[in-house]
Amino acid sequence: MTTSKTTDRTAPRRLPLRELILFGALFVAILGVYAVMGPAYSTRMLVEAACYAIIALGLTIQWGYAGQFNAGVMGFVALGGFCAMFFGIPVNEAFWDSQLPGELGRVLLYLVGAVLLVWGATKLDRLGVPKRLRTIIAVVLAVVLYLVVISLLREVTGEIRSQAGFIGGLGLPSWIGWIAGGALAGFIGYYIGHICLGLRSDYLAIATLGIAEIIKAFLKNSDWLTRGTATVSPLPWPTPGPSDLGFVLARAVYLSLTAVVIAGIFFLLHRAYHAPWGRMIRAIRDNEVSSAAMGKDINKRRLEIFVFGCILMGIGGAALTNFNSIFDPQGYLPLNHTFLVLVMVILGGPGNNLGTIFGAVLVYIIWIMSEPLALFLMNIAVYIGEGWFGWEPPSNISSRALQARVFVIGLLISLVLRYAPRGLMPEKVPHHH
Amino acid sequence: MNELVFFINNVVVAGSVTGSIYAMGAIGVTLVFSIMRFAHFAHADMMTLGAFVVLLLSLAFPGAGSVVGLPTAIVMLPIAMVVTAAVAVGIDKAFYKPLRSHGVKPIVIVIGSLGVTLMLQGLLRLFAGTSPQNMYVAERKEIYRLELPFEAVTRPVIVTEPQVILFILVVAAVVGLHLFLNKTRTGKAMRAMSDNPDLARASGINTNHIVSVTWIIVGGLATMAGTLLSMDVTFKPDLSFFLLLPIFAAAIVGGVGHPYGAIAGGFVVGFAETLAVFNWAVLLRPFQERLPDWLELPNNLAFVGTEYKIVVPFFILVAILVWRPTGIFKGKVI
Repeated sequence: MTTSKTTDRTAPRRLPLRELILFGALFVAILGVYAVMGPAYSTRMLVEAACYAIIALGLTIQWGYAGQFNAGVMGFVALGGFCAMFFGIPVNEAFWDSQLPGELGRVLLYLVGAVLLVWGATKLDRLGVPKRLRTIIAVVLAVVLYLVVISLLREVTGEIRSQAGFIGGLGLPSWIGWIAGGALAGFIGYYIGHICLGLRSDYLAIATLGIAEIIKAFLKNSDWLTRGTATVSPLPWPTPGPSDLGFVLARAVYLSLTAVVIAGIFFLLHRAYHAPWGRMIRAIRDNEVSSAAMGKDINKRRLEIFVFGCILMGIGGAALTNFNSIFDPQGYLPLNHTFLVLVMVILGGPGNNLGTIFGAVLVYIIWIMSEPLALFLMNIAVYIGEGWFGWEPPSNISSRALQARVFVIGLLISLVLRYAPRGLMPEKVPHHH
Repeated sequence: MNELVFFINNVVVAGSVTGSIYAMGAIGVTLVFSIMRFAHFAHADMMTLGAFVVLLLSLAFPGAGSVVGLPTAIVMLPIAMVVTAAVAVGIDKAFYKPLRSHGVKPIVIVIGSLGVTLMLQGLLRLFAGTSPQNMYVAERKEIYRLELPFEAVTRPVIVTEPQVILFILVVAAVVGLHLFLNKTRTGKAMRAMSDNPDLARASGINTNHIVSVTWIIVGGLATMAGTLLSMDVTFKPDLSFFLLLPIFAAAIVGGVGHPYGAIAGGFVVGFAETLAVFNWAVLLRPFQERLPDWLELPNNLAFVGTEYKIVVPFFILVAILVWRPTGIFKGKVI
């Protein structure tokens, strides 16, 4: 122990000048937004930025701590949002009073039975069945049972849709939904990570990109569960709503709730980062082979950190959806919920929690403010085009101006990777002498 | 027998069309992967970009097609391929080369390619709008109805003009690529670099030149695939995330780094998609009388609904990652 004490001595503490300047500038920017846009709008922006900060912390431990690139943040955010909706909204009596819950339960039991049967079929070789025959039996059984269960499920869900609309919520306090959102996202993340983490990181990016689109497609098309494109609103807040306190105060209370959540996560992450566990994660990121040689279980640690990241994304997504008070599966977009978070992390400093929170707030301000700015620039362009060249602008100019933000986010990613690959607040790697 | 025709129209024709498109896309992805060793996420947007260039050119010269007797878009395709290839080389010089020369991890270049994806998407949506547009500017899409010479068949097999052109061009592209990779000096150098970049460099191959050639081929193929897809349906600027997954699945199924594997993978994924959304009850209905009474056919016997089409490439991807990460043709393990 004594040797580790002496070698652990880090560089002498100095005034964190860079952090102070950056946060000072951020504070000035926030004050500027308050002065221009008014307190209600600005507080809303801050709450959303705080929710994004939770999501970004999830990505920073995946990408910054462990070097795993998750390109499907949107999917985990949507799962969190779904849980916030499902647990929070009131119970749908029309559904629970009818025969339908029993029918749905019966189909779900069939599903469990089918899964068990197929699982049993894959173990047939223990009974002496040749392996090839076992595989054929298992696949055929899986296909047939799948078709049976899915057609039963289609019947029941169709009934639910026509008789009760959708199955409604559980009517619990919505903070339970936040926790459940984190748990569900972590659960899905476990299976994704289980398959993809052993391979090169490109596969993880491809697979997560796909799973995000699948989750969105599922939530969008399962009208019986989520009302799909009809959207569910309002979602009750865990804090007193605007009708009790007025917009500014209610949003401020919500903001303090998210701030408490962030503070808790930040504290835990800080402890984990400086603990032996955090050192091990960084060692695996920086040199896989040597940490494997040290006897570290690389795949298990990677899976751990991937699941942790997904849990944070689920919680953040639940908080974000809950705040917007509407669950709209179509509102989850790769740009808003994956790439925006990615920019926050790589601009702020991957692996640096403080930097990530800074990046989240800064990028979100830029993102929100770019909307009026893009319209303004577009109007100037139209004015010049019309006045000087007699150009006939297309009618949907405002919706096109918003597309410019896609370009800006892409440009930001490219510029940061090129000129500040470690972000504005780089991860501080302790140097041992 | 009409059910069989229905099957041909909805599975054989549609599957070959999607399969050809995916195959062309997957060849591009796999070429980038074998030469530069990163998953190029901007590929689907390069396809859209190529199609957009074709659309612009056809809008500028709507009468060009009737002179030759082909759709205008096909006449404009070679020009657009040159333009897109130039853009692809430019993108590489501006965004990927600096990262490569810094010696970053491949995953960082993947993120860089995501940045390029978003920039391309932003520009495309800015200039093309978000609504779908028809690639046939001046003429009409020809539809061929092939009547089958059987008594019981009353419905025709339907093939459209862009589909016929697609099949011809796919075969031409594959044969051309095969000859290029096996017969020419540059093609052999490309294969050498894909096998072992250090050894290739040591034996005097100009790797920068090879990288440029790769991007030219990739840009050209992407334009072809994007244009033919847009001609078959419509031009949509925001298609890319739905194309990416099947294309990558096809490349991985075929074995990353194998152009021929990518073709096979493209058809596997394309047919799997169409077979999965096909309603099998249609084929079984004629046999309803012979089936036992307790077995009543439901109306819809598709594996997944059309809205869940994207699940199919994902499951193929997962299955291949679990059982055979090298792909069918033993590609590189990544």
